[in-house]
Amino acid sequence: MAEMEIDVRGQTCPIPLVECRKALKKASPGDLVIVRGTHPASKKEIPMACEAMGLKVLDIEDKEGGKEWEIKIRR
Amino acid sequence: MGEKTVIILHSGDMDKVYSALIIANGALAMGMEASIYFTFWGLMRLKKGELDKGPLSRMNMLGLGRQMIKQRMDKANVASLERLMNDFKELGGKIIACEMTMEIMGLSKEELRTEWIDEWGAVGSYIQEARNANITLFI
Repeated sequence: MAEMEIDVRGQTCPIPLVECRKALKKASPGDLVIVRGTHPASKKEIPMACEAMGLKVLDIEDKEGGKEWEIKIRR
Repeated sequence: MGEKTVIILHSGDMDKVYSALIIANGALAMGMEASIYFTFWGLMRLKKGELDKGPLSRMNMLGLGRQMIKQRMDKANVASLERLMNDFKELGGKIIACEMTMEIMGLSKEELRTEWIDEWGAVGSYIQEARNANITLFI
């Protein structure tokens, strides 16, 4: 099972969502997609998108004292 | 068939083209299908080299306001319309171009970014597209 890392730190609406979707499209079922970003709204919207698409969010973690976040998704 | 967002882009104003492409990309990113029907002033933005050439819908001030907003957008790291359009297409978004507008404006297909356009149509195409859509917007 492959692991894919997406860095959208510094990117704003709608790029984090879009890049996450692009990665999920490329990933195979079972792959792990890790998204790192700073855009506050995307931290809750990426999990919303995953839920809508029936994908499992494994972890949402704050980094760098809350300035960054990391979301792990199982494709 | 899945859930769907259908947007009519009637305006060619830069800020409104942003709205349309951001919403459409958001819909695709959240697992919906999305299509944009480009008509009237909106269709002008599909002319070669014109995607980001629209004025600001308010406070354009002969382009001064537009320039100021562009600078602020750059500072906020907002993606270019070209990038948003490419993402939209990559995620499977569909573009319909209004044929009547082409006739009114005297546009030929060669003048448009045909690589983006999936379909040429009229009101029936929009209705058919939107008939079962969950979200439809007129911008």
